[in-house]
Amino acid sequence: MSAINLTINELAVEVTPGTTILQAARQLDIDIPTFCYDPELAPNGACRICVVEVENARTLIASCVTPVAPGMVIHTESERVINARKVILSLMVANHPLVCITCEKTGECRLQDYCYRYGVTDSKYSGEVKELSLDDTNTFFVRDMNKCILCGICVGKCQEVVGAGAIDFTRRGFISNVGPAFEDSIEDSTCVFCGLCIDNCPVGALTPKYSLGQGRPWQVKQVRAICPYCGIGCNINLQVKDDQVIGVKPVKESPVNRGHLCVRGKFGWDYLKSSDRLTAPLVKSDGVFVEVSWEEAFGLIVDQIEEVKLRCGDDALFGLCSPKASNEEAYLFQKLIRSLGSNNVDSFTRHCHAPAVNALMEAFGSASMTNSIEELAETGAILVVGANLAESHPVLNYRVREAVRRSGARLIVAHSETIDLVDIAHHYLPLRMGSAVALVNSLANFIIEEGLHDRAFIDKRTEGFEIFRKEVSGYTIKYAAEVTGLAEDELRAAARAYAVAERAAIVSAVDTDRHADSANLVLALANLALLTGNLGREAAGLYLPYGENNLQGIADMGALPGVLTGYQSIKEKNVREKFARAWGVSINVKPGFTVTDIFKHGKKSGIKAMYILGENPVTCSGEHLETAAFLTDLDLLVVQDIYMTETASLADIVLPAAAFAEQEGTYTNTERRVQLSRKAVEPPGEAFPGWAILAELAGWLGFDWNYDGPQDIFAEIASLTHQYAGIDYERLNEQGLQWPCPKGDHPGTKFLHNGRFSRGLGRFSVVDYEPQAADNLSICCSKGHFNCQCLSENLSRHSVINTLRNNNV
Amino acid sequence: MNTDAEATAINQEIDLHQVDSIIEPYIGRKEMIIPVLQKLQEHFGYLPRQTMEQVSYRMHIPLSRIYGVATFYAQFKMRPRGRNIIRVCKGTACHIQGSPKIAERIEENLAIQNGETTTDLRFTLEEVACIGACALAPVIMINDNPHGRLTADKIKDILASYK
Repeated sequence: MSAINLTINELAVEVTPGTTILQAARQLDIDIPTFCYDPELAPNGACRICVVEVENARTLIASCVTPVAPGMVIHTESERVINARKVILSLMVANHPLVCITCEKTGECRLQDYCYRYGVTDSKYSGEVKELSLDDTNTFFVRDMNKCILCGICVGKCQEVVGAGAIDFTRRGFISNVGPAFEDSIEDSTCVFCGLCIDNCPVGALTPKYSLGQGRPWQVKQVRAICPYCGIGCNINLQVKDDQVIGVKPVKESPVNRGHLCVRGKFGWDYLKSSDRLTAPLVKSDGVFVEVSWEEAFGLIVDQIEEVKLRCGDDALFGLCSPKASNEEAYLFQKLIRSLGSNNVDSFTRHCHAPAVNALMEAFGSASMTNSIEELAETGAILVVGANLAESHPVLNYRVREAVRRSGARLIVAHSETIDLVDIAHHYLPLRMGSAVALVNSLANFIIEEGLHDRAFIDKRTEGFEIFRKEVSGYTIKYAAEVTGLAEDELRAAARAYAVAERAAIVSAVDTDRHADSANLVLALANLALLTGNLGREAAGLYLPYGENNLQGIADMGALPGVLTGYQSIKEKNVREKFARAWGVSINVKPGFTVTDIFKHGKKSGIKAMYILGENPVTCSGEHLETAAFLTDLDLLVVQDIYMTETASLADIVLPAAAFAEQEGTYTNTERRVQLSRKAVEPPGEAFPGWAILAELAGWLGFDWNYDGPQDIFAEIASLTHQYAGIDYERLNEQGLQWPCPKGDHPGTKFLHNGRFSRGLGRFSVVDYEPQAADNLSICCSKGHFNCQCLSENLSRHSVINTLRNNNV
Repeated sequence: MNTDAEATAINQEIDLHQVDSIIEPYIGRKEMIIPVLQKLQEHFGYLPRQTMEQVSYRMHIPLSRIYGVATFYAQFKMRPRGRNIIRVCKGTACHIQGSPKIAERIEENLAIQNGETTTDLRFTLEEVACIGACALAPVIMINDNPHGRLTADKIKDILASYK
């Protein structure tokens, strides 16, 4: 189709057919006011404020819903248009309380801005006005529906984007309103408290309770940071006033979350101000913690580490790294442990993510999610297995919904529970818990039987297909139907839907459905993607989002017992030599203990001293009492954290650390996007950024480290790590960069395995359904994600969002 | 103010199997929400909250959306209706002939307002725009029976004739 030429305000513009007048004007940076228009929602043309004058048209035209036509001559600010807008504003103001002097929205209220722009000071249409009472019944935000102008943006976000469907228009005419069914309270509705309604309300109808009376928009500094909860790594603007964070808003420009957040990002940040924060170094003396100076704490650590090393050897020290540490912290942490002579550094993420990580390594040679968050919305079919994204990764869930809503993607949901996506799924497979491997194998077998597999891709890019084909042939649809409890036709239809899509994606996450035999399920899913050639291409792939904000990053940084940064194996001599040269120490050839080894063997592991960076093994290792006893028995336990956790309370020395908002650092999200989080406020009391504590301690231990700041540390990481080599803080500025990014002019890598798998050829694996896996589930600790928390809930339980959990459980 | 919420407090035993059998033919057809609600209202006389919750659950439509539809259209009733429906004509002719006084007298007699139902479920009162019997103004209809050329004093006896 050929382009359309038209003129707006005397300016010529060429646009593609189907473009609306509003979109065309925006291409020319012409500002047409809007209330009810939102780029991600279907336009409804309700508010009429966007009317424009089109020459030779009989009436003024709503620009948000009118497609351009060739030769249109448009005026967006003609006298007729301005008069119409004045009338619309005047009608709105007639039933809108003009309490701008105290309204929290003053300064960023669109109604106020447009009244200012068109000189509407009050209304000539006086009449009945709404007199609804203020609704402050929920924990998180206040609703003043008298201010609502019924634009419907909040309804669209809630129903279409989020899928919570908590609110809609109610009634009709003068008494129409927006709210939950039956005028129930928000907390009794299906609201998930993602805050999208608040962030997109053009007026002051919705206000987070935390911002009430805290400051005017123009007094507030915006500091761009990265959400500290899950692996999506949403970009947030911390609202800062008087060295205090007073709120959080999503960043609209970020390709990661595009203006979306969930309850954790929107409301979970208040743990920063928790009275439980550690504010001074503590040393245990006769069973009681006493505050000491940093010098004293460092002195004691040095003495005791040296004593343990002397008595029990280098391998008696173990470092446990939190997946919430920044890249710089994790890098320095493993550098410190390795400089002290052992590779004993690991993290707890093994427990929940290692099976998936190992499976991906086996199949593709890289443990990361293959494609980007952004691409998901473009795909043709999505198979969701073993994932309840609305709880674990809500922002990714919005993208799945977007794919269905806007790109017409076919959605196949296999879950033992009626999760929210079932509402919009084309194929719902309510399988028996624990039977997912049988399901996925049968889909693969059916796809082969029907000849829907991608032979060219299999020949060129994969290995092990023939064995796989033979082994999987036992998984007939009939057998799968018996095992999963699903109808045969449904299985066939689902297999076809996935296989025939030009590009199809698979999503699986940390979820009870995946716990039974996680590694096997991931391998089975990898087989399915290999079979259909849905790898190494845009908007296809296998999405296994991580549960923690920097799980990807700390693994990249080498906080693992067998590898250094960028997964460089310590078994390789040239790798050890490279790091030895860079660090001025020798690198131990022996791989370190894994965290599983340590906590399984306890005392017998030979570990005498442990440095725990922001982790809480007492609550998340699964064996509370044994873990606590083991930690208590250590000769030295140093815990660096922001709270006095159950683990910290067992420590000999506790070091108070800065939280994410109190320091600069980078985090690598689940799509390998390295993102820069800025410092917004000072840490409380004597607390220090983690990197500074580690660097200072290294000095006390006799190492010659010199870093002026995280930027220096990152430069060192880049110099030693191929995947990060082309990244520096300046390049990270707005969007971050996805590794591998080997050179300074490299744009980063949107999706992996383009043309070649990390391991060369993609590998089919034979995985069998194990019926006992389903039985194990009853005793399996089902540590799923609740929407309001993350894994060990170390942050969320110090936040107001914890109230949601208490309500849920 | 919260009249609909109150309405749902009226505890009527709802046979969910009955509700399901009404919904069943429409499952997978979200655009049929209005016919589903009409059928339910036909059966129950109004839309009890439990029926709307069941529609939400079975048809995968948010309850807020169903409530939005149900409160948008005047045809949907959220409260049980009386055995006898009184329609007071508020058309021009009736108005001139004194329909406000007629309505007022009915309200006094039954102690309900326009749109409400007596607690014994005997009467529901509704004001309507015009029932097309202007020659009989002022006129009311009770169920299918017109009562015309009314005066307020006749109301008591007319109401008494309906049980």
